[in-house]
Amino acid sequence: MVPAEVFLTFILMLSIFLGFELINKVPATLHTPLMSGANAISGITLVGAVSLAGTGQQDLANWLGAGAVALASINVVGGYMVTDRMLAMFKKKEG
Amino acid sequence: MATLIQFAYVVSAALFILGLKNLGSPATARKGNLISASGMLLAIVVALLDQGIVEYQFIILGILVGGVIGAAVARLVAMTAMPEMVALFNGFGGLASLLVGWAAITPLAGTITLVTVVLSVLIGGLTFTGSLIAYGKLSEVIDGKPVMFKGQQIVNSLIVLSILGSAVMFCLEPSNSQWLYLVIGLALVFGVMAVIPIGGADMPVVISLLNSYSGLAACAAGFAINNNILIVAGSLVGASGIILTQIMCKAMNRSLGNVLFSGFGSVTDDTTEVEGEVKPISVDDAYYVLEAASNVAIVPGYGMAVAQAQHVVKELQELLEQNGCEVNYGIHPVAGRMPGHMNVLLAEADVSYDQLLEMDDINPRMENVDVCIVIGANDVVNPAARESESSPIYGMPVINVDHARTVFVLKRSMASGFAGIENPLFYKENTRMLFGDAKESIGGLIREFE
Repeated sequence: MVPAEVFLTFILMLSIFLGFELINKVPATLHTPLMSGANAISGITLVGAVSLAGTGQQDLANWLGAGAVALASINVVGGYMVTDRMLAMFKKKEG
Repeated sequence: MATLIQFAYVVSAALFILGLKNLGSPATARKGNLISASGMLLAIVVALLDQGIVEYQFIILGILVGGVIGAAVARLVAMTAMPEMVALFNGFGGLASLLVGWAAITPLAGTITLVTVVLSVLIGGLTFTGSLIAYGKLSEVIDGKPVMFKGQQIVNSLIVLSILGSAVMFCLEPSNSQWLYLVIGLALVFGVMAVIPIGGADMPVVISLLNSYSGLAACAAGFAINNNILIVAGSLVGASGIILTQIMCKAMNRSLGNVLFSGFGSVTDDTTEVEGEVKPISVDDAYYVLEAASNVAIVPGYGMAVAQAQHVVKELQELLEQNGCEVNYGIHPVAGRMPGHMNVLLAEADVSYDQLLEMDDINPRMENVDVCIVIGANDVVNPAARESESSPIYGMPVINVDHARTVFVLKRSMASGFAGIENPLFYKENTRMLFGDAKESIGGLIREFE
């Protein structure tokens, strides 16, 4: 059985290369929405935070998890909304 | 159930990737953002099904509080304030990863888990305070000038060594939480120390780098709690930030190390020879030149954002076009305070995105341009970068506005710019200075056209 860390490192390596390929294709005109969109994606920590915030232990880890849930939610909700607001403004002139 | 959750994460990773792929063109970008958001929603919903969750009140409270704040910020923030908002969000992301890493410590944790905990706490902590300082500088709550003091390098080296020492001690002795608190405290201090020596004009590099760190912190937290989707999403963000950092450094012809460790403007041996005299022009005369022009290029810089001039610029563009003139915009990668800053402002003013040309696209066309209007840009149009080897920005790729037949420079006064670098452009034969507030000057031109 391959240890979990090796498996996770494998995923890390592949996603870094994939990330480079994908982001290199984003045109300069979209770099600001790309960054705010990246803000939103980095809110993925929310997924890890919910399991820590829901243990019902009322201990330190529980409180830390709850704080992380709130912070990550700001990023997820705020990041996607502001990116959408920006991208809605990028228009091509008709005709 | 656990297998089902893992499969759902695979789907949401695919949605993130598809979303980023669609960001490759302005025409599909909005759809891409929605795809990415649906991937996030899926990941969050399945995470809530986790069997380890026995009570939901903290989660619901956290999501509500965070969601309301996030939504309010997203609705209210001005487009000119986008750099400081992104900086602040980078910081929140970092702090969230710090807390997750911290909470992941269990008495049973093995050494590898402890190392990843330290990494997420460390990267998360320095991202948090570094981003707060960047936010302060960008929003001008604190002075944007580089903060340098004697022995700074030594102090920073000592902090790094202490971080390493306490990190190793924590991994060896995880039951003693003093070591962890020491790592957290030092990481927070280091974030501050790393960003204070960096000047306002270098902020595009710093927020790109912090953007990358916020992703890497999420990645490290993913290792600490053994979660695939955090690693995939975190490394996508990390890669994105690093690419933007590279683009910004290349556009300034400086290495990342140079940006991070030397305050800009500390170089003072600038012996650039400036010949000729400054030739001011009145709004009336500028109007006659523009009225006769058939090809105009507009080159905006941070000054356009400060003057909030993007809407009047668009009005002028429409009047010129009605007059049978071709209008394009030339945008330098480091114009403004973050990557793509100018494009967003002009998009807000309803400028068509196919008129926003990158530096490499506008430069070959410059010879055919009758009038090039420079609005609040300075270093990115400085011909000394090509001509004067003693200039601190020698070698930096610039927009060759001086190759146009006539150049109008809209500027408040002759006071030297942020970096205090001489700009021979102002003294060139074909340059005319239109002094005054950019918004008012353009307003004056618009009135002449009407």
